[in-house]
Amino acid sequence: MRYTFLLYSDPADFADMTPEDWEAEKQLYGAYIAALNEAGAFLDTDWLQPVNTATTLTTKGGTRQVQDGPFAETKERLGGYFAVDVPDLDAALAWAEKCPAARHGRIEIRPSAMSEG
Amino acid sequence: MSQTARAAEQAARDSYGRLLAFLAARTGDIALAEDALAEAFAAALTHWPTRGVPDTPDAWLLRVARNSMTDRQRHIARFHSPEESPEMVAPDDAGADALPDDRLALLLVCAHPAIARDLHTPLMLQTVLGLDAATIARVFMVSAPALTKRLVRAKSKVRDARIPFVIPGPDALPERAEAVMEAVYAAHTVDWLAPSDMMGGEALYLADLLVRLLPDLPEARGLAALIAYGHARRAARVVDDVLVPTDQQDMALWDADLSRYGDGHLAAALAHAAPGRFQIEAAIQQVHMARAATGATDWAALNKLYFALLQVAPSAGALVAQAVVTGKVHGPAAGLAALDAVAGSVGADVQPLWAARADLLAEAGEIA
Repeated sequence: MRYTFLLYSDPADFADMTPEDWEAEKQLYGAYIAALNEAGAFLDTDWLQPVNTATTLTTKGGTRQVQDGPFAETKERLGGYFAVDVPDLDAALAWAEKCPAARHGRIEIRPSAMSEG
Repeated sequence: MSQTARAAEQAARDSYGRLLAFLAARTGDIALAEDALAEAFAAALTHWPTRGVPDTPDAWLLRVARNSMTDRQRHIARFHSPEESPEMVAPDDAGADALPDDRLALLLVCAHPAIARDLHTPLMLQTVLGLDAATIARVFMVSAPALTKRLVRAKSKVRDARIPFVIPGPDALPERAEAVMEAVYAAHTVDWLAPSDMMGGEALYLADLLVRLLPDLPEARGLAALIAYGHARRAARVVDDVLVPTDQQDMALWDADLSRYGDGHLAAALAHAAPGRFQIEAAIQQVHMARAATGATDWAALNKLYFALLQVAPSAGALVAQAVVTGKVHGPAAGLAALDAVAGSVGADVQPLWAARADLLAEAGEIA
């Protein structure tokens, strides 16, 4: 079953990180992706730019409306995601626990609503 | 209740819980299993009186429930993506005893960390014991429509997020079993606060079931003993709508069978030499029960046990109880001092605190 990990964190927690710290983070994510791949669980991932780059669009109500900024202003921001394919929620939880993002922020685990196959 | 009546009741409950666990575990869909089983029971009410009770009622119920489930899934399949028909290889001519027992997996799903903690106990009562949401809502003093809605959503989550009906490995099982025990304990606690609601029998059933499913878990036996001792005193606990302290209860009203049941499980638990919160709480209750044999409450023993309990599981109730015991061992003045000392940490709105203070003041007055 497909699950998406939505990675939320507070940007303030990363304010003091040095370029070396970021390099170390990248290594951790690289190792995590490799582990997911090896287990045949990896589907997709992305790391998003900060919310000041966000643009929000809707055609709800029949007209196209475009807004500067994220959909919701919250302290913790969506910073990226992983899509994985594992048998059940326990397996998804086990992978989320290993995700480097869990150390600094929160991971929302959502099952896919798309039919399998 | 007589031993026979208790055995009959347990058999009926075992049958419902086993059938539901079996159906739910094989589809991952508790609500579907509940509906199908309800249909099977309804069919039994129409067929059995006229055609006679089948030799193996459970197998009959299971067959009807499985057919109903397949029909429902076909119906659902027209609207959603087709799911594989659930694999259910079960002997048609045998009772529920011949079914694999999936109740531990079901209990673990009910107390899964992905399910809101306050729903663990209601889910267990509904799925394993077949209680309806209205009854559970009344016991927990919450709105029935709200609880019903939350239970429906929780079951949808189990299905849609695919919470697995499995027994986790030895590394994860203790933590998961702990959540199950907490939920059973919560059923016991709600009975304790409002004994008239009679949730004590349900709590005892669940605790006993857990021991049967996990016989090597000392804390499960401790929990069963703890609940048994409490339930053994149910008839003596409330007289004329007033709660009677354990050391003042009429011991003739205590259930000696249940007390012995508690002794057996506590002894078996302690043999593992792996003490824990529930075993200590059971040992505390056992000291109270021992008054039936010795005629006196061993307050010094209680003092030590509460000290141990506060080390492993500090709680407002245990702090207050410890202060009361201090009063019995060292006199009401010492008890009041101990109570003052704990008042700051437990908060002034804890009702037992005031009850304990009133008792200690009364005793101090009698002595002065």
